[in-house]
Amino acid sequence: MPPIARHALLLGPLLGLLALAYLIPFLGVMRWSVTLPEPGLGQYRTALTDPLVLSVLWRTLRICVIVTLISVVAAYLLALVWVRGGPWTQRLVELCILIPFWISVLTRAFGWLALLSNRGLVNSWLIALGVLDEPLTLVRNEFGVILGMVHLLIPFAVFPLATAIRAVDERVLLAARGMGASRARIFWQVFLPMTRPGILGAALLVFVFALGFFITPAILGGGRSVMAAELVYLRIFQSPDWGLGAAVSVILMAGVGLLLAATLRIVRGGAGR
Amino acid sequence: MTQAAEIGAFGIAKSFGRFLALDDVTLTIGRGEFLTLLGPSGSGKTTFLMVLAGFEAPSAGRLTLDGRDMTRMPPEARGFGMVFQGYALFPHMTAEENIAFPLRVQGRPAAEVRRRVAEMIELVGLEGHGHKRPSGLSGGQQQRVALARALAYEPPVLLLDEPFSALDRNLRGQMQEEVRRLHREIGTTFVFVTHDQSEALALSSRVAIFEKGRLQQVAPPREAYERPANRFVAEFLGDINILPVEGANGAARIEGRPVRLPGGGTGPFAIRPEYMGLSLREPEGGNAVGARLTDLTYQGAETRLTLATRGGAALVLRLPTATLPEGLEPGAAVWATWDEHRGFRLDQAGPSAREHDHLQQGKGRTA
Repeated sequence: MPPIARHALLLGPLLGLLALAYLIPFLGVMRWSVTLPEPGLGQYRTALTDPLVLSVLWRTLRICVIVTLISVVAAYLLALVWVRGGPWTQRLVELCILIPFWISVLTRAFGWLALLSNRGLVNSWLIALGVLDEPLTLVRNEFGVILGMVHLLIPFAVFPLATAIRAVDERVLLAARGMGASRARIFWQVFLPMTRPGILGAALLVFVFALGFFITPAILGGGRSVMAAELVYLRIFQSPDWGLGAAVSVILMAGVGLLLAATLRIVRGGAGR
Repeated sequence: MTQAAEIGAFGIAKSFGRFLALDDVTLTIGRGEFLTLLGPSGSGKTTFLMVLAGFEAPSAGRLTLDGRDMTRMPPEARGFGMVFQGYALFPHMTAEENIAFPLRVQGRPAAEVRRRVAEMIELVGLEGHGHKRPSGLSGGQQQRVALARALAYEPPVLLLDEPFSALDRNLRGQMQEEVRRLHREIGTTFVFVTHDQSEALALSSRVAIFEKGRLQQVAPPREAYERPANRFVAEFLGDINILPVEGANGAARIEGRPVRLPGGGTGPFAIRPEYMGLSLREPEGGNAVGARLTDLTYQGAETRLTLATRGGAALVLRLPTATLPEGLEPGAAVWATWDEHRGFRLDQAGPSAREHDHLQQGKGRTA
């Protein structure tokens, strides 16, 4: 059997499943977006001009950018400690990354709610201690959404970053040090650029995941900080406006596709020379 | 062009836990010298280089740089150039940016950096490759970038840690010539680590041979090769034939036959293969030992012969193929002969390189 046929055979079942579960339904969604309630591009026009939809798309973009920045920076520090720390530190970091992985998204969202709501632990303690007179609004707003999303996404960013950090040749750092470079210069001019592919990979992963987040923003945003995926849900399940929901879905998918293509270009271009 | 420095090491020891990597190493490296640190893996040669560089602090002993103490001086204060094994280039920078890095660290003006980088590119013969990143350069070219980067700031000492171990044989030969040329032109002090004895002999003005953390001998290559301080050095620097000697100096005998040996000493007689000749008949006079030819390997210009003496010693001979008698086959009875001025007596002290190899294979690599 030629290698190509063997590869096709190995990949076949997965590709078949993906086609059945994602591609075909998505083609259906694309059809709704141009046929409901009437044929044409009317729903796209609405999606890109309606202030409500636009504000949701804009908020989604803003939250995703902020979440990506915070997650990647925090994950970079975590990955540094993980890879370069002592054996006990490494063990501890591993636990801190893995344990949240095993807890469901829903549980974690409600956990934050219990902690941060107006009568939650944080607010009641701060009021009891006399630091606050009135509860701080920590959830049911953008802050809560960002916090919950960062918490969920950091582990995903840690893995590509740890791989990149582990790949840095210790001798390159020694060489820079031997030439008299300060620690700050070594970090900014040598270490950080050497881990750039990992940073890009982590940022892309987090951003794409964040774009499709639904449960966490729905619970921690409390309907006040609606993101694109929740908007799609509302249009499909609550107001029978399937066409608009489908159009927003397609716009979201197109955004992810463009982003993937752009990142691949940057990564390949950087490594190719 | 550069101010070459003199380095002194006095009683340097380094232990990692219970493992003694360096044991009482005393050595001075002269201004502008090309010194090679040679030894098998795990012998301490790289540790010694790291101590010289300042990346490892010695557990005991003192280091001096031009007479001033530098034992506790951090590596950046020493200002040495270093070429690492695997080159350690900055992968995200072009060749030129790599070479410019140490100059920028020193805060030299941009115009001077540009001029100096161009000079270095020319010095190592990388014209036209300055804008490429390491991944776009061949192994030899990366090696040149590493050399240029280490020499760009005119260091008083250049340290090289097995720089050619990743190169293929032809390229290694070329780079050896290149490094010798650089040493001649720049005149700075070079300290070069290698486990390849022919590389050490070819390159250096002196060779320092390490084994089990101890310095075995420091000598010019020819002296180390022809008058090794002990059995380890003799065996590590190349093939050596060793024959037990009976009787005292005046009436020495090898396998029952009277021989005349150079110098004094009481240990066995040792001689390099290239100083032995072959005869099909027992010679009338002169030094000889009877043997049987066990194998014969044609290597082009030379043929390598292995012999077993009647007394059971194994001998190696390397003879110009042109001088070999016709029709020589394994099993033939032959005589190995040598000039009475050649060879030397081995003292019995010191480890044996062959034993060492067995040990190393048993233990796995410990470097």
